Amino acid sequence: MIVDETPVSLQDAPARRLNMIEAINDALDIMMERDPNVVVMGEDVGYFGGVFRATAGLQKKHGKTRVFDTPISECGIIGVAVGMGAYGLRPVPEIQFADYIYPGLDQLVSEAARLRYRSAGEFIAPMTVRSPFGGGIFGGQTHSQSPEALFTHVSGIKTIIPSTPYDAKGLLIAAIEDNDPVIFFEPKRIYNGPFNGYYDTPVEPWAKHADSEVPEGYYSIPLGKARIVRPGQAFTVLAYGTMVHVAAAVCAEKGVDAEIIDLRSLVPLDIETVEKSVEKTGKCLIVHEATRTCGFGAELSALLQERCFYHLEAPIERVTGFDTPYPHSLEWAYFPGPVRIGEAIDRLMKA
Amino acid sequence: MTDKLRGNLPPLSLHVPEPRFRPGDVVDYSHLAIPSAGAQPRPDEGCAAAETHRLCLDMVRVLDEDHHAVGPWDPKLDADTLRRMLRTMALTRAFDDRMYRGQRQGKTSFYMKCTGEEATSVAPAMALAHDDMVFPSYRQQGILISRGYPLVEMVNQIYSNRADKLKGRQLPIMYSAREVSFFSISGNLATQYPQAVGWAMASAIKGDSRIAATWIGEGSTAEGDFHSAMTFAAVYNAPVIFNVVNNQWAISSFSGFAGAERTTFAARAIGYGIAGIRVDGNDPLAVYAATEWAANRARSNAGPTLIEHFTYRAEGHSTSDDPGQYRSAHEREEWPLGDPIMRLKRHLIALGEWSEDQQVAMDRELVDQVKAATKEAEKNGILGHGLHHPFHTMFEDVFEELPWHLKEQSEQAIRERRIKWPEWKES
Repeated sequence: MIVDETPVSLQDAPARRLNMIEAINDALDIMMERDPNVVVMGEDVGYFGGVFRATAGLQKKHGKTRVFDTPISECGIIGVAVGMGAYGLRPVPEIQFADYIYPGLDQLVSEAARLRYRSAGEFIAPMTVRSPFGGGIFGGQTHSQSPEALFTHVSGIKTIIPSTPYDAKGLLIAAIEDNDPVIFFEPKRIYNGPFNGYYDTPVEPWAKHADSEVPEGYYSIPLGKARIVRPGQAFTVLAYGTMVHVAAAVCAEKGVDAEIIDLRSLVPLDIETVEKSVEKTGKCLIVHEATRTCGFGAELSALLQERCFYHLEAPIERVTGFDTPYPHSLEWAYFPGPVRIGEAIDRLMKA
Repeated sequence: MTDKLRGNLPPLSLHVPEPRFRPGDVVDYSHLAIPSAGAQPRPDEGCAAAETHRLCLDMVRVLDEDHHAVGPWDPKLDADTLRRMLRTMALTRAFDDRMYRGQRQGKTSFYMKCTGEEATSVAPAMALAHDDMVFPSYRQQGILISRGYPLVEMVNQIYSNRADKLKGRQLPIMYSAREVSFFSISGNLATQYPQAVGWAMASAIKGDSRIAATWIGEGSTAEGDFHSAMTFAAVYNAPVIFNVVNNQWAISSFSGFAGAERTTFAARAIGYGIAGIRVDGNDPLAVYAATEWAANRARSNAGPTLIEHFTYRAEGHSTSDDPGQYRSAHEREEWPLGDPIMRLKRHLIALGEWSEDQQVAMDRELVDQVKAATKEAEKNGILGHGLHHPFHTMFEDVFEELPWHLKEQSEQAIRERRIKWPEWKES
């Protein structure tokens, strides 16, 4: 049951500055209020409010049977979410770290992703799996991974990655309302502030960033729509999550007129915006933190080759994490930071 | 028809477990059944698994209220062995205290203490043969210390420095120490459980005499790996010891979220038809005796044993945790099974084999020992201070041999290093 509430125009809605965690918390709170079928569950999400505090206060407000802790079993968490969806609930399970999602893969890949298809629409799995992902917090190999390409490769799962508090709220609301299973990866490095790629400088809090202005109340951002962060002519940057900010900072530092696109949604992909931009600029830099081989950048690169080949004026550049597990002490040597991105920009500009 | 079946039943309601105490609550553990020490029978090590199943709902205890070792489970250790056990547990605690402070001082990113749970790793390590293979979780540093693994190597790993044998790749405390038969710690939960069974099966396939032992927290028994491990161990009668360290808390989730409201963790053995023992995890002699029993059983082809160590996580989950947010601070002081180090100390004193003065002197000596190891390790660097492994090591060991794409990426990383850190010298 969705409460009939036509949102006032966003321009008129009162806004306040939130960090990404607060924006996510706000989205969950609003959806729990609007739709009694929404339930939130996961390890430590109940009384404690989550190890990153994303569910803080929700159990107290919405009750223990709608916001609850679970056993440490990702297979169980996703599996019961499938069953709850079959009943008619709209579960929002949290997997504490993306690195811990693998025990739940069978339930995600073989079950949630295909339930609509195999039952010809009799049953659906309208769950939104939230999970912090990405590195930059000295988490080592088990708290740093970016496994988004594992999910974009599976037919039937949507993969969403926000890069600002404003988008995090609107996209999470849209994901919860969506009737398909959605993986909602939250870039934990930028929970508290955007990141320019220079790890040894202090974190700039979200409050200083325009996209931390988050309207109160309900609004949603459609899944499958990219955001042009900055229009430009020299080349197109395709990025998502933390890397949107790092790429934008490097472009600004180098003074290049790049068109920066935050994909926000990997599947479904906003191919129209991507094509239009690359046809205009003729050059493209793809940036992601995940490992390179078969990363989502490979898919983007193939799409551009197929669809924009005659507009390309330079080889497509891919800047990514290396094809190794995420190392602990050499984290910042691994991370695709300003030097790696800068070299790719230089190559594009010279081409 | 269905309406008739439902009758006038009240609507269904979902049960969500709730711990007894939250922050600020007065703690009263009188609901916990703590049986008398010495009262539990000790079946023959080769007995039918079912003969142990009453022990799954009981609690094997050896040290009584007067600090004497009593009953059939008394392992009758000599005073030198008892002092060594005491010293190893105390060294583990001193090490934890120092490393915790090191993390707070910014020398590394992360640390996990095992305060209050020392007996659950030190006593089993002493009861096992030195070459029995252990598959630990992340709170069994006591095993490494028991097996004489150098403290300085542990600190090198924690600081992720240039001398770290794991090349700075792993999160602090995720040790690997093959030389002391200690398997690489994953960080993903429960994965070690079926692996231990596989090692034990291999040892049986090869007609070896070594057995495997593995550790897990009660919270992680919820993972599917636990079920897989138990099933395989039961099917193949594998020579393996399953330790469940029930320290009551999995970060903020109390043991009820792993099933503790219904039965004990040891009782899981009943369903699989393997031997099970529930033991007072803060009684080092009971832990030793249970391990010795299970090891003798496994080594004589009589099969696996599940041991639940009933204990208490006295500190936070890790340096990233603040237990004051979700549990009562009084739990630790009210914990009815006391502290393993204090209990063994009092036992030795009761035997006339130890004194408070000796304890104080030992503690002082251990603090110095840890301090010296720390100073030594710091010469090799601390996290983030440049004295890490050379960049090319990041690409090694992904595969046995470096494929072309990793060679290219390695060259890229080194080129970036020259730009980012021109003063840095590869050597």
